[in-house]
Amino acid sequence: MFRSKTKLLQLTVTLTACAFLLIPTLMSVLAGVTVNYFKGVSSGLTFKWVLNVWELYADSIFLSLWLAIACLIVTLIIGLPAAYGLARHPGWLSRLLEEFISLPLAVPGLALALALLQLYGTLSGFRTSWTFILVGHVLYTLPFMVRSILAVLAAMDLKTLEEGAASLGASPWQRFRDIVVPNAMPGILAGALTVVTLSIGEFNLTWMLHTPYLKTLPVGLADSYASMRLEIASAYTLVFFVLIVPLLMAMQWASARAQRIAQ
Amino acid sequence: MTNRTFVLTCLTPLLIFSLAFLAFPLMRLFLASVEGDNGWAVYLDIIRKPRYINTLVLTVLVSLATTFAALAVSTTAGMFLVRNKFRGRNILLSILTLPLAFPGVVIGFLIILLGGRQGLINQITPGHVVFAYSVLGLFLGYLYFSIPRVLLTVMAAAEKLDPALEEAARTLGANPFRVVVDVILPGLMPSLIASGAIAFATAMGAFGTAFTLATNIDVIPMVIYTEFTLSANIAMAAALSIVLGIVTWILLLIARSLSGTTVAAGG
Amino acid sequence: MTLNLTTTAKTFGDGTKALLPTNLKVNTGEIVSLLGPSGCGKTTLLRIIAGLETPDPGGKIWFDSDDVTDLPVERRQVGMVFQSYALFPNMSVRANIGYGLKMKKLPKADIEARVSEVLEMCQLNDYAQRAITALSGGQRQRVALARAIAPRPRLLLLDEPLSALDAALRETLRDELAILLRKFNITAIFVTHDQNEAMAIADRVAVMSHGEIVQSGTPEELYRKPNSTFVASFVGSAMHLAGEINGSKLKLKGGEVSLPADGTGCEAFVRAENIQINKNGSLSGYVDTVTFLGTHYRVGISGVISEPITSIFSGNKVPKLGEKIRLTIETQSILLLPSKA
Repeated sequence: MFRSKTKLLQLTVTLTACAFLLIPTLMSVLAGVTVNYFKGVSSGLTFKWVLNVWELYADSIFLSLWLAIACLIVTLIIGLPAAYGLARHPGWLSRLLEEFISLPLAVPGLALALALLQLYGTLSGFRTSWTFILVGHVLYTLPFMVRSILAVLAAMDLKTLEEGAASLGASPWQRFRDIVVPNAMPGILAGALTVVTLSIGEFNLTWMLHTPYLKTLPVGLADSYASMRLEIASAYTLVFFVLIVPLLMAMQWASARAQRIAQ
Repeated sequence: MTNRTFVLTCLTPLLIFSLAFLAFPLMRLFLASVEGDNGWAVYLDIIRKPRYINTLVLTVLVSLATTFAALAVSTTAGMFLVRNKFRGRNILLSILTLPLAFPGVVIGFLIILLGGRQGLINQITPGHVVFAYSVLGLFLGYLYFSIPRVLLTVMAAAEKLDPALEEAARTLGANPFRVVVDVILPGLMPSLIASGAIAFATAMGAFGTAFTLATNIDVIPMVIYTEFTLSANIAMAAALSIVLGIVTWILLLIARSLSGTTVAAGG
Repeated sequence: MTLNLTTTAKTFGDGTKALLPTNLKVNTGEIVSLLGPSGCGKTTLLRIIAGLETPDPGGKIWFDSDDVTDLPVERRQVGMVFQSYALFPNMSVRANIGYGLKMKKLPKADIEARVSEVLEMCQLNDYAQRAITALSGGQRQRVALARAIAPRPRLLLLDEPLSALDAALRETLRDELAILLRKFNITAIFVTHDQNEAMAIADRVAVMSHGEIVQSGTPEELYRKPNSTFVASFVGSAMHLAGEINGSKLKLKGGEVSLPADGTGCEAFVRAENIQINKNGSLSGYVDTVTFLGTHYRVGISGVISEPITSIFSGNKVPKLGEKIRLTIETQSILLLPSKA
C-alpha cells in the first residue's frame, strides 16, 4: 500500500525513529533480567537483579510513591480552588498569575532548585526533611494541575451554570461543591495522573534538593548508573518502567478525554 | 461570604505558595548572583571568560542541532501517521510517545546502552565505537527526549489541517513536492516554530541527560552544577541559572503564544 | 407576590448606562414581558430583579413589603430560566429539578414528592432519569422551567426562554409555555425580543428602548395606541408614511391621504393590513413582489413613498408583478405619533 517513493521515505524515517526509541528501551529491559549482560542472553535469564534492586533501593521507591501521593494532595488543595478562581476572574491579572506559576515549566529545574537552596538551605530542619523535596515537586507539577482543570472549566459556561445554582438557593461553597467540582472531574483526573507521573520521574530539582538519607527513585537510578553493575542499573530501570508506563498510558487516556470534553 | 470574596479566597493558597516558593527564592537567586566578589560583572564574565562563552556556544549549537533533527524526524513521522491509517499505526504511535515519561537520567542510560563501552553499536560493529560520552551521545540523548514532544505538537496541528487544501492544490496542478512546500509546511508553521522552541529550550536546560553523559563536556547545566557543588562559585552558578532561565522562559512564551500547547519541558 | 421597583438604574464599570432609573410594578399573578431589541437593557433589568446584578445606589427592589435590594440571588427565592438553560450536566433531570429543594434542606421524601409533581406538570415523567445531554432542545427548555418552579419561588424570571430553539419548535412551545405559566399561577417576568412571543404569553408588555421602559400595557393597547414611533414600528411593524403633512392632509409621492386629526408635529404610521388594493383608491404604486402565504398574499409596492411598502391582500384577483395599482388607506387606521426630537 505504500507505493509512492515519498511514502516509502516517510515510512523509513518513522520506523527508524521507532527503532531508535525502542531498541535501547528493550535492551535495558533485557539487561535487567540477564544473568551476565556481557556474555549475552545465552547466559540465562534471572530475577536476581530485580531482587537485588529491591534490597538496595526499596526505600527510594517507597519514598517516591509517598512523595507522589503527597504532591497530588497538595496540588489538589492549592490547584483546584486556584483553577476555579482563575476561571471565574478572567483578566490580565489572572493571566499574569497563570503565567507566573507556569514559570517552573520553562525555567530549568536546576535553576529553581538553586533558588530554593539559596533561600531555605540554611533552615536545616526544613532542608533535611522530605517536605523540602515535596516543595520542589509541587512547584513543578502545580501548573499542570491548574491548567488541566482550567481548560475544562474554561470550556463550559461556568458563570451561567453558577448563576443557575445561585438562583436555586446555592451558596458560593455549595456551588463549588455541587457544580464546579463534579463538572471539572475530567480535568482533575487528567491533572492528577500528570502530577503523579511527573512527580515519580522528577530528577532535575530532586537531585539538588535530596539528602543522602532521602533518595527518590530517579535519584537512586542516577546513583545506580554511576556505581552499580550494568545489570542492576538495568533492573532498576525496568522497575521504573513498570511503574511509569501504565501511569503514562492512563495519563494520556485521561488527557485526551479531558480535551474532548473541553472542545 | 459574597461571591467575590469566595473567589479571591480560592486564589489565596496559590498566591501564598508561589510567593514563598517561587517569587522569593527567584529574587534571592538574583541577589545571590550579584553578591559575589565581582558584583554585577559576573554577567559580563559569562561572555568574557572563554570557559563560559565556549560553554554557551557549545550548548546553543547542540540544542540547535537537536531542534532541527527533531523537527525533521517528527514532522515526517507525524505527517505520515496522520495521513495514513494502517494496521500497526497505533503501535508505532505508542512507541514514539512512550519516552514522554522518561526522565533525562534514564535517557542518558539508554544512550549508554546504545553507544557505551558495553553498548549495542560497539558490539555489532568492528573496532572500538563508543560515542555515548561525546557530543554525539549528548545530541542523541536530547533528540530522544525531543522526538515525542515535537511529534505530539506537530500531529495535533496536522490533524487540524484541512485535507481539502491539499486536494485543491492538486486539482490546480501542484505536484506532491509543491503541495508540501506551498500548503502543508505553511499550515504547520506555527506548530513547527512552537515545538522547535520547546525542543531548543529543553535541550538548553536539560540536566538529567547531561548529568549521565556529559561528564567531560561543558554544557550550561553541567557548568552550573559544578560551579555550585565543586567550586562553590555561587554567584556564577546563580548568574548562569538566571540567564538560562530567562532564555528558556522567553522561548517557551513564544512557543505557547503560537500553539497554545503545553508539553512538559522538564524531566 | 407583588414586585415593585423604584428608580432602579444600572451603570456598568465602563460608564455604559445599561438601565436608566426605572419604576416597575408587577401585580400578584401577573405575567409581564420585557420586550425590546438587543441592548435595550431588558436583560439587565431582569438580572437586577434576580439579584445577579447590583443596581446603582438609590434603586430599591421590593417583593411585597420586603426590601430585597441587598439580598444576594441565592436568598431571594426567585426561579430563573436562563437563555442557555444552565442545566447542570453532572446531574440527571430529576437531580436538576430537585436541586433547589435540596438547597432548602427539605426532607428527602418531600423533595421526591415535589419533583414528581413538577415532572408530571411539565410532562417530563419519561425523562426523569435521563442525563441532560440526552435531551432535545424542547425537553431541556421544559426541564429548565420545571427546575425553576420546583422550589415554589416567589417570582419566576425567564430570560429569552425560547430563543435557543428552532423556529417551528419555538411556536409550539410558545403556546405550551403560556398554558404552563397560567397553570402555575405565579408572578412571572420574561424577557424577549420577539413581539409575537410577548403577545402570546404576557398579560402586559413593557416595551424597552435605550435603557428605559417606553410604554407598558396590554398587547392590544400597544398595538392600537402606541405612544411613540419606536413602539409603533417595533410592535406590529407599522410603516412610516414619510411625506408632507399639511394640517389633516398628508401628501405622499403616490398621492394624498386624509389624516384622522391635525398632524402638525407628528409622523404618520400605518400597518400592512390597513393598506387595501382598491381600483378607486387615491394612491398609486407598482407591484414589486407577491408572496403567497397560504391564507393571504403579501404584496410589496413601490412608488407610494420613497421606500417600498407592504400590503396584505386576500382577494381572488392577484395583482401581477409590475402592474400599476391603486390603493386606499383608511383614515382612522393611521397612527399619528409625535415626531422624534
